[in-house]
Amino acid sequence: MDDRQELNRNLAQMLKGGVIMDVTTPEQAKIAEASGACAVMALERIPADIRAAGGVSRMSDPAMIKGIQAAVSIPVMAKCRIGHIAEARILEAIEIDYIDESEVLSPADDVRHIDKTKFAVPFVCGARDLGEALRRIGEGATMIRTKGEPGTGDVVQAVRHMRKMQSEIRRVVSLREDELYEAAKELAAPLDLVKFVHDNGKLPVVNFAAGGVATPADAALMMELGAEGVFVGSGIFKSGDPAKRAAAIVQAVTNWQDANLLAKLSENLGPAMVGINADEIETIMEERGK
Amino acid sequence: MKVGVLAVQGAFAEMEAYWRAQGAETFEIRQRADVERGMDLLALPGGESTVQGKLINDLGMFEPLKERIRGGIHVFAACAGLILLAEKIDDPGRRDGTRPEKWFGVLPVAVRRNAYGRQLGSFTTVGTFDGKPNVPMTFIRAPAITAILSPEVETLSSFDGKPTSVRWRDITAFTWHPELNATA
Repeated sequence: MDDRQELNRNLAQMLKGGVIMDVTTPEQAKIAEASGACAVMALERIPADIRAAGGVSRMSDPAMIKGIQAAVSIPVMAKCRIGHIAEARILEAIEIDYIDESEVLSPADDVRHIDKTKFAVPFVCGARDLGEALRRIGEGATMIRTKGEPGTGDVVQAVRHMRKMQSEIRRVVSLREDELYEAAKELAAPLDLVKFVHDNGKLPVVNFAAGGVATPADAALMMELGAEGVFVGSGIFKSGDPAKRAAAIVQAVTNWQDANLLAKLSENLGPAMVGINADEIETIMEERGK
Repeated sequence: MKVGVLAVQGAFAEMEAYWRAQGAETFEIRQRADVERGMDLLALPGGESTVQGKLINDLGMFEPLKERIRGGIHVFAACAGLILLAEKIDDPGRRDGTRPEKWFGVLPVAVRRNAYGRQLGSFTTVGTFDGKPNVPMTFIRAPAITAILSPEVETLSSFDGKPTSVRWRDITAFTWHPELNATA
């Protein structure tokens, strides 16, 4: 692995135990930073609105992203479409800190993802299970997140994906070494990465939860299930009191084991995003890119 | 030796591993009650300084931690930890050298955050640290020490003519990440 990949994995390590928040304006970015976000995701529309608007969803306007970069000192991430090499090049050119090759946007390539080893800038990718995570890492992703079902405010998919990934990791750890070849075939994942999981009991990169996190309790649940931090998309700026909710989620991620504190943090947060049940929707974003 | 690792956000697991590899006993500091536990050394890991600074305040740890830092225990700080300790924050947007009210501000140095730019400016190098050659040094969106504000501050390593780690009384602080190369 080259230095750049290692440095990009290192940046994800610095984000651990933190909350990455979706923002659409410099003002929101400042609120997120002041509330304790460890990074922001700059995008024109948050997933709930992307879902509501329908149509093709693309990379955000670089001018809008630059406005957010100028507003905060924390890392700024932005999304490109799955397989859209040119959008990724543009985001690299404006020195984004992390690219999210994201199923929330309309896929540009319905088969292949970007060869992320060809970039100096880091990539985070979504995954629903261990095989998908290791395929993305094989392509050069230096951070993984669960896919969830974005924009719903329903945490059920993130839970399903995180549990599945963790249980598959435990299974790989339990295998004999001569069984790893078959496991790699079943997982459709690179053998060297399967071996890493077998030897270390974890992914070789940081693993966050994403999709449907709307409350401090949701965030604590994902930490309990093995997430190393959380992305909160629509959950903050679609709620009644974004600054208060954001700060509460940040504290919940740090002290997810302290139920007394979580109870206090969950008090009087105002209305959460309304949300939609993930099984009542027509566009299934998590199916995009496997 | 007993090491308390600030574990509110960032690479605290790496910092714990770093100290355990040196034979220390470690525990995590996530709340005020954790600060009360006895420790010989307080380790401040890398992460985001704005987040860590906010959490130590929100979780009621600022005063007791500051008291500990002043009270003669050893302090070992990487990157964000250095920023929390620095007397002055020398960001371009903060020309007056003020720092957020509730950061520790005890270490007599001025620090500029993200001094090497965004993630594309992150880099590794190998250098001499405290007389020891060939030490791997990883800089992630790193700060720089732009001024030393007391003759008591000793420079332990430098890059590009600027100090990258310093010792002052019981505090050792780095702009890079010793905890990331623990196994290197």
